[in-house]
Amino acid sequence: MTSAAFTAALGLNLLAAVAGLVLPPRSRRAAAGAVTAAGGAAAVVAGVSAMRGGEWSVRLPDLLPLAGVQLALDPLGGLFVAVTGAVAVCAAVYGIGYTRHGGLDGRVPQVMAPVFLAAMALVPAAASVSTFLLAWELMALASLLLVVAEHRRRDEVAAAGLWYAVMTHLGMVVILAGLAGFAAAAHGESFERLRAAADGLPEWGRAAVFLAVFAGFASKAGIAPLHVWLPRAHPEAPSHVSALMSAAMVNLGVYGIVRVGFDLLGGGPAWWWLAVLAAGGGSALYGVLQAAVSSDIKRLLAYSTCENMGLVLVGVGASGLFAASGARTLSALALTAALLHVVNHAGFKTLLFLAAGSVVHATGTRDLDALGGLRTRMPATAALFGTGALMASALPLGNGFVSEWLLLQSLVHALPSGGTMTAVTMPLAVAAVALSAGLAIAAFVKAFGVGFLARARSSAAAQAREAPAPMLAGMAAAAAGCVVLALSPGLVLPSIARPVALAVPGPDAVAGPVTLRLAGLSGTVSPLLIAAFLLVAVVGLLALLRLAATRRASRRRARLWDCGAGPMSPRMEYTATSFAEPLQRVFDNVLAPETDLDVTPLKESAYLVDSVTYRTRVGDRVEHRLYRPVLAAAARVGEAARGLADGSVHRYVGYGFYAFTGLLIALAVLR
Amino acid sequence: MTGIVGTVLQVVLVAAGAPLLAGLMRQIRARAEGRAGAGVLQPWRDLRKLLRKEPITPHGTGALFRAAPLVLAGTTLVAAAVVPLVTTRSPLDGAADLFAVTALLALGTVALALAGLDTGTAFGGMGASREMVVLALVEPTILLSTFALSVRVGSTDLGAIVGSALDDPQQVVFPASLLALVALVVVVIAETGRMPVDNPSTHLELTMIHEAMVLEYAGPDLALVEWASAMRLTVLLGLLSNLFVPWGIAGDSLAALPVAVAAIGAKVAAAGAALAAAEVFMAKLRMFRVPELLAGSFVLALFAVASSFFLVAP
Repeated sequence: MTSAAFTAALGLNLLAAVAGLVLPPRSRRAAAGAVTAAGGAAAVVAGVSAMRGGEWSVRLPDLLPLAGVQLALDPLGGLFVAVTGAVAVCAAVYGIGYTRHGGLDGRVPQVMAPVFLAAMALVPAAASVSTFLLAWELMALASLLLVVAEHRRRDEVAAAGLWYAVMTHLGMVVILAGLAGFAAAAHGESFERLRAAADGLPEWGRAAVFLAVFAGFASKAGIAPLHVWLPRAHPEAPSHVSALMSAAMVNLGVYGIVRVGFDLLGGGPAWWWLAVLAAGGGSALYGVLQAAVSSDIKRLLAYSTCENMGLVLVGVGASGLFAASGARTLSALALTAALLHVVNHAGFKTLLFLAAGSVVHATGTRDLDALGGLRTRMPATAALFGTGALMASALPLGNGFVSEWLLLQSLVHALPSGGTMTAVTMPLAVAAVALSAGLAIAAFVKAFGVGFLARARSSAAAQAREAPAPMLAGMAAAAAGCVVLALSPGLVLPSIARPVALAVPGPDAVAGPVTLRLAGLSGTVSPLLIAAFLLVAVVGLLALLRLAATRRASRRRARLWDCGAGPMSPRMEYTATSFAEPLQRVFDNVLAPETDLDVTPLKESAYLVDSVTYRTRVGDRVEHRLYRPVLAAAARVGEAARGLADGSVHRYVGYGFYAFTGLLIALAVLR
Repeated sequence: MTGIVGTVLQVVLVAAGAPLLAGLMRQIRARAEGRAGAGVLQPWRDLRKLLRKEPITPHGTGALFRAAPLVLAGTTLVAAAVVPLVTTRSPLDGAADLFAVTALLALGTVALALAGLDTGTAFGGMGASREMVVLALVEPTILLSTFALSVRVGSTDLGAIVGSALDDPQQVVFPASLLALVALVVVVIAETGRMPVDNPSTHLELTMIHEAMVLEYAGPDLALVEWASAMRLTVLLGLLSNLFVPWGIAGDSLAALPVAVAAIGAKVAAAGAALAAAEVFMAKLRMFRVPELLAGSFVLALFAVASSFFLVAP
């Protein structure tokens, strides 16, 4: 079952790529999109079947020279293949409508999307270092080509692509170094060999391998301070690609950390996981703060990805920490929370990016300050984005709530059993999770409230048209998945228990179809019952209101309160920037916004103001403080080195001569 | 049986008693300021008046604007059913713990903030923006206080926390509990929009938070919003008093219910009276001083968690 479905998934994606290559532009989109969606569905089947115990492995020694290809799908890999497949189905169906305009129906985007998906399915299925790295690089290159698909239309795309290319390859270098070192020490490159040899490695060797791959994978997952490419590349990519990257590709960073840290290295000392937890907590806070003050709808979503991956890493780090201190129940609970959050985040981030894509498609702008009033012009998209925003805010009725609840439970229960280190770390971790949950609510209230409610702030928003049917279908599928995850997480939790058991052997951490109960710990919550109670309460109130309100004639329309100054223009509405201003002020020290105030006085008198220009911009402070100096230094070194090459052939010949002589002298001295 | 009867009782009690609590607090304030006051029943009279008025839809508002009061009141009613006010044996207790209850109340706040944005007026947006800042900054304190209270029980389940305080009354005076109490008092003040975070009786643009969001509501919608706000205050004060002074709450026996109803009524009235009396002596903080207050409560909550480990653990 697993084998057939996985082969079908790869085959269908290949077929879609061929269709994208050979078919004429008119039929290309529909054919490639439909076949890609079918491939995604096959990947879901393969992943679920692997999670339910249908493990599968294959060696294809002749497919590639030297190393060959080794694939294996176990429950852990299956989970990520299934998530990728599900995201792919939504994005591919959406893409049929979305890629109609803007040059996205060209050969490169149409071919690269299925190739990207196939690579993302191969990464969790790889069972040897070389296969893994190959799939990883294929994934990076395919996504890079997709990111720069619109480079002719916007100037920022090229810069985003450059950042992405450099960061992803630096990540690749450290992962390659870590895994190659591991493979050399293990005298073999298959994951089985690595697993067997992990115990024999010296402590520093294990730590070096872990830190190297952690840095690489954290960069892919968008963990601060290695996240800088993410808020550039995800907004600039076409929206269905943004969804694929933000909901599926970043997960593979988490996969890498869990695979290498828990499975291949078999766990590690507490300080590794403390580092993971700290990186996760920091990223959650930094990401959500940037999201809360961002007024670009896709940039907001990209930073929210940094936040959510940070929360996932808090769970992964806590799980490793508990495992290191022998608390297996807690460890399993924390990892369950982390993996469930991966699934939940994939669901709502697909929905949100696709809905944001519809907005961009309809209005041509990503700037929340120029949007508004879309709920009347595009009601379906507004409802779907609203659903996604609720899911992402960790409020009841949303799926994010369930996984964050589990995460908090695992952190809260750690205190009585752990030592002093847990007593110091856990409160801070809880505070970080709590603050990021609160700020995420603010960020999504802003995104939905400013973007879709009230009145249009620009003519583009006022003339927006509802998205075409395939786009709505893709979003509706993602929304349906989110609702199922939100109301009955009990359906997916048993499947997540198997990958968890692979990393942390033990019984299931959470049980119960309707009410979730923590195994071995005290704590229950029932999302379905909460939703049912809320429904009963609202319906009851509505009935009561009908009875109590004596004049229930039809509602009368009335003017808004305008202080008697006549009808209000859309210019008087609160914008995203003004909505975020109090938060920006409170977190002034962290965000360091750049503000320009330019007052031009009249010619007649310096006291009469002609015009005032106010500009404020919140940049990425990590980028400014950490990356810019390094880039500037590299540029200076390059500039200085240019002095060496002045175009004189004599000089170049001289360089060759002296270098060769120097080498000979060195050899003579050393040998 | 006790559980079901008790749950119904506490929902009815909150629904009927919330306007009375609001009236009591206004009356105390009026007397302290040397006015006669309108009487304890005035909020109920106001609600009756508002319900008889014509429903109004301001121009340009949508379905969300109309649904928000229902969501606000609905979440509060669910919270009233779930938290242990009259009985610790609520059959719904398993559905939601302290994390879920705070998230549920936050859902109501979010609905109201979106309604404020939906009006498209500067007031609505301003209120929504400020309310979200308060909500975001309060969250760490709530969860850390929950954490501190849950340590001694090993659970965030509300019935378990209250029940354990009943079994071992000494716990209530432990430093962890006291620090958490102070932190939670600040949280309740911030969440319900009382002084010094928000002035519930102001309509001055510079200072409004809650009132700015609901400025466009009128008639039955406004009645629902006002009633729900009073219920929120009642539920939170009731929860706070039962977490720290649990005596009187009913366990298994049906006969204890009347006593429990009287006890929770007295506790909430006392807490409300204390809050109203304190408000007389306080001025509203500047909006940008509020984060300092909330940060202070956060530090107290952090102390609470730390002391629950370092001062109690054997």
